[in-house]
Amino acid sequence: MRVRAKLFASLREAAGQSEVELECPSGARVAEAVALVRERFPQLRGLGEAMLAVNLEYVGPEFGLHEGDELALIPPVSGGSHRVSEVQQPGPDARLR
Amino acid sequence: MFSVIHEPIDPQPLIEYVRTDADGAVNVFLGVARRWSRGREVVHLEYEAYPEMATRKMAQIADEVRARWGIERLAIVHRVGKLEIGEASVCIAVASSHRGEAFAASQYAIDRLKQIVPIWKKEVWSDGSQWIGWEGGSAPGMTGPTA
Repeated sequence: MRVRAKLFASLREAAGQSEVELECPSGARVAEAVALVRERFPQLRGLGEAMLAVNLEYVGPEFGLHEGDELALIPPVSGGSHRVSEVQQPGPDARLR
Repeated sequence: MFSVIHEPIDPQPLIEYVRTDADGAVNVFLGVARRWSRGREVVHLEYEAYPEMATRKMAQIADEVRARWGIERLAIVHRVGKLEIGEASVCIAVASSHRGEAFAASQYAIDRLKQIVPIWKKEVWSDGSQWIGWEGGSAPGMTGPTA
């Protein structure tokens, strides 16, 4: 099945492109799609963690993909000192090394 | 009112959007490009967004503000592209009948934006550049900044 992977910021620069069309086995999970991206762009290894999103929502690596899904590899978002008190968890997100 | 734009930010439409006759306070936050960052002089900043998801997460922050403070309207605009020092990268406007809620909601919104809204900042110095990740150490659920 076809899945579109989007890359941003440091990942986009390292890969040299902002979108990658993937051909995944049906029933593939996000982790497998990310592994395909990192195979195609070995330079992405060692860039640290990325959060994952499918169809505009944060997901974990076990999330199941479907035909036509849009996967995004999201490097940590803009910094600045921040307070952790009183803010909620972003949800079932995860990072992949 | 949530958007990702490529032009200079004008806070006035955000103020007009959030204020109602029931409000005694309008709080406007501007994030602006700073000259010095961790000992280095910044020449300019570049911002990049995943715009469809960014506006979705901004709307989520507004839902959280509504649930927590009962404030119905939150406006966020984030600019992307190249920013010179002093230019605003983000504007958040919120109104409340008394100022306490507006102050609290504004702070919450910018803290939360930096956690979940997929927009990235790149610092450009005279001798290089770097995408900036977490500067404050670990956020809940995260294990720290990347290079």
